Amino acid sequence: MEFYNTHILTVVLFTPLVGSLVLLFVPRDSATAHRVIGNLFGFLGLIVSLPLIWRFSLDPAAPRYQFPETYDWIPSIGAHYALGIDGISLLLVMLTTLLCAISILSSWSAIKMRTKEYYILFLLLQVGMLGVFMALDFFLFYMFWEVMLVPMYFLIGVWGSDRRLYAAIKFFLYTLVGSVIMLLGILALYFKAGGGTFDMPTLLASAAQFDTRTQVLLFWAFFFAFAIKVPMFPFHTWLPDAHTEAPTAGSVILAGVLLKMGTYGFIRFSLPLLPVDPTARHKIVTIMMVVSIIGIIYGALVCMMQKDMKKLIAYSSVSHLAFCTLGIFALTPNGLSGSVIQQINHGLSTGALFLIVGVLYERRHTRLISEYGGLSTPMPNFAAIYMIATLSSLGLPLLNGFIGEFVILRGTYEVSIKYVAWAVIGIVLGAAYLLWLYQRVMFGPVTNPANEHLADLNAREYATLVPLIILCFWIGIYPKPLFRVLERPVQQIVEQINPGYYGAERAAAPAATPALAPAEAGVGTPGMPGMNMPSSTGTSPAPETEKK
Amino acid sequence: MRQVFNGFQSFMQQGGGGLLLPEMMLVLFAMGILLTDYLLEARDKYFNALMAMLGVMFSAICLWQLRGAADSGPMGFSRSLLVDPFFLFFGFIFLIATALVIILSVRYLQIEDENHGEYYALMLFATVGMMFMASGYDLVVQFLGLETMAISFYVLAGFLRRDKRSNEGAVKYLLLGAFSSAILAYGFSILYGIGAMANLSSIGQTLPPRTNLDVIAVAVEARGHADLFVLLALATVGAGLFFKVAAVPFHQWAPDVYEGAPTPITAYISVASKTASFALLLRLLLTVFWPVRVDWEMLIAGVAIASLTVGNLAAITQTNVKRMLAYSSISHVGYILLGIVAAASSPLGFLTGMKGVAFYLFVYGFMTIGAFAVLIVLQRQGIIGDELDDLNGLYRRSPLSALVLLIFMLSLAGIPPLAGFVGKYFILQALIETGHNRLALFGALYIVPALYYYFRIVMHAYLYEPGNAPLPVVTIGQRVAFAVMCFVTVAAGVYPEPFVRLATYSLFFPSGFSGH
Repeated sequence: MEFYNTHILTVVLFTPLVGSLVLLFVPRDSATAHRVIGNLFGFLGLIVSLPLIWRFSLDPAAPRYQFPETYDWIPSIGAHYALGIDGISLLLVMLTTLLCAISILSSWSAIKMRTKEYYILFLLLQVGMLGVFMALDFFLFYMFWEVMLVPMYFLIGVWGSDRRLYAAIKFFLYTLVGSVIMLLGILALYFKAGGGTFDMPTLLASAAQFDTRTQVLLFWAFFFAFAIKVPMFPFHTWLPDAHTEAPTAGSVILAGVLLKMGTYGFIRFSLPLLPVDPTARHKIVTIMMVVSIIGIIYGALVCMMQKDMKKLIAYSSVSHLAFCTLGIFALTPNGLSGSVIQQINHGLSTGALFLIVGVLYERRHTRLISEYGGLSTPMPNFAAIYMIATLSSLGLPLLNGFIGEFVILRGTYEVSIKYVAWAVIGIVLGAAYLLWLYQRVMFGPVTNPANEHLADLNAREYATLVPLIILCFWIGIYPKPLFRVLERPVQQIVEQINPGYYGAERAAAPAATPALAPAEAGVGTPGMPGMNMPSSTGTSPAPETEKK
Repeated sequence: MRQVFNGFQSFMQQGGGGLLLPEMMLVLFAMGILLTDYLLEARDKYFNALMAMLGVMFSAICLWQLRGAADSGPMGFSRSLLVDPFFLFFGFIFLIATALVIILSVRYLQIEDENHGEYYALMLFATVGMMFMASGYDLVVQFLGLETMAISFYVLAGFLRRDKRSNEGAVKYLLLGAFSSAILAYGFSILYGIGAMANLSSIGQTLPPRTNLDVIAVAVEARGHADLFVLLALATVGAGLFFKVAAVPFHQWAPDVYEGAPTPITAYISVASKTASFALLLRLLLTVFWPVRVDWEMLIAGVAIASLTVGNLAAITQTNVKRMLAYSSISHVGYILLGIVAAASSPLGFLTGMKGVAFYLFVYGFMTIGAFAVLIVLQRQGIIGDELDDLNGLYRRSPLSALVLLIFMLSLAGIPPLAGFVGKYFILQALIETGHNRLALFGALYIVPALYYYFRIVMHAYLYEPGNAPLPVVTIGQRVAFAVMCFVTVAAGVYPEPFVRLATYSLFFPSGFSGH
């Protein structure tokens, strides 16, 4: 217990690893034992991470990175084993442990062969993902970033569907290209900052002093790794293949967590590396915003044409994640915190949608939309849950998607209304393809006799879906805790990268409380961009809902 | 035993003779094997391997005893031998590689029914040659060392007398090898000529022969860079040694020889011969050619990029695993050469670059022998077992070998947290540190095609159905070898600190050379 109190992040990080080590010693042919142990450690991983929520201090005097742990690892190059999380990583860590526990549970009956290896790899994957969100040392970060590719490769390659070999190696190679360029970026940053340490906050803080050319080069060196991971248009082509071919749980993790590593990288590294010079910065930010807009609309349009349910949801991720990058590169507090919230939302609702496709796939072994129709008759409860997940994904007020999209749009509005106008088209298209999919699958008469007697959800499937649905409602109705957690890191990032923002805000709203304490600031009105505090959406979601 | 060691020590202190002990042990045991081989029944032939292992062990003990002396860098035999940490480091790599290959050979030779004592004796002779390549401080000694090693390898490559591919490989190796040795000898003769022009008074009281590296270095420095003779010597010596390390454009022999040679010998050529040639190359570059490093920096960079390109791209289409690994080893040479470029270009880069080169060579040995070891395990009577399809479903047939195969492949490709990644990391770090950003980009991006072909192997082993291939048998000796190689590959990746220190130790030059 003492060890747990002082090394909570290490425990959260390596609990799954213990699980995979235990599994190594279980005989090969006892599939039930593998399942039980896998689920046990998946659930344990969630349990040990829960105390992070209430131990995380919101006190402004607390250090930004909490639960710090630092040990020498490779002194000769200055690499440390350094962990720590701020509000942004806290949310992503919790999302990871939750989705991992759920997807491990969802694999119970879907995975029939090589169960031992499946659970070992899944738990290893969890270690890699958690490590990425926790690492405070570039060397350690890079290691987790890469090591996670190997289990994912096998999850797609062994347990995937028909074109799995192609999809698996494509996923690996695509992400590797970005990673190796990022490695060079890390090294360049390391030497420009004087060498000797890989400590993230130190290196990123020193980036502000470099000359513009270096800053631009560094930004692009990191850009590819994250853009491919997110994936931003035009680097998205690996995603439909990987998502479609992966087993259900793999798709949930890919969409729910893996893609967030890209957006996390943008927030954590790319933003501080933005050039200080206003022209250079403006150029980069404009490129990013435009590419995001293209991604939103392109992803949505491609969704309309899909025959395969999983591929449709995969492309919808392109569109949704482009929303997140739009919010990030708006460089406003609203845009940033909205983006993080939207990442969580996307993890929950798209995770739920992939689980839902998995439920159908387990029953019918096809993902073609045309094979289904009128499923709401044999599967009424399933229909209800699917409806909620759809509505959450398309951004209906009272559900989580709305909060994220709304706050992102507000943050973007402060930059330019043009971007908002384009992004709104994406929302409309999103509603179109999701509802059309729902309609084709669920409504009307049962045309295919094979669908007439499909069983409704069983207890295990409820257990995977209901927590996600509850969280969707919770974030939709009362998102304030999330905004409060995000408030400080977001504020610090904006102060660093957009120093004029808070100054302009003070000038625009002299009567309001100083911007440094945004939680206490007044109720935001859309006409006064300077006053759109993150918490204002949190405290009064209902009026905004009505406005929309 | 204790007394024997003390005896060694006093012997060493008396004069040059002690510096030769590691090599002498190997020669002694090699002779012993040749003598006793005739007395052995066919089923007792494993005794030869035992003798060879003993020889390696004694040699290692003698080498270990030299470590105290090495700090002051004693020279023996008219300054033609130098015992320094550089030599100790490489000497241990050779001995470890030899020991691992001996362990892996026993069963292989039984299956191929070529269990002759000469095999092990030749291996020990080759090791002696390598040791002289690393410790020689005189052109003649270095050349003799190189030829001792090369001639042993020509025979070993063709050791499967009844196999056409083995014969073909051996003849190719011999013809091209002899050619390259001749070019190297030509280069050495030019260096000898340059040495004649040295002002020997600056060297010291006792006049060393004109083939001594210090003498030549003084002469080369006096002639300055862009001198015609120095450039000619550089080009010819470079061509000779690039052949030995299989760098592009002198690489054509590698795939054929790798494919034809008995698999343990393939591993041995690919690791020990390459490392020894790098030791010789480094020794020459760091002494004789160091004053004119501006002349060769770009030359090496060009060869490195060419090796990376050809090695990585040609490996993609191979269907024979040994050929694929041959091309991949060409690309590894490219990385090591990039490290040398960084080391030469600035004082800052020297330490990181050389550290990277030493670390890379050290771990390269373990992971490469490991990859070949998996093929050796798969080999069966009458079937070579080195096509990609022979690996199909290896995971079902032998999970253990499949797992170690995965580790070695990931490490060779450069995925953290394994040794291969740390090696590449140091090379890239040195390149970035010295401002060679484009070379670094090349080096980094070639990891991607490398991963692709290494994972073709993994894909066959894990994702394909096994067919009706029989279960491979892993002997106890092979298990031990696997364990050692896996341990080093994983440990040097997860906790590289001790290995980095070892690599740094090898850069301690007692002769006062400290880079720039």
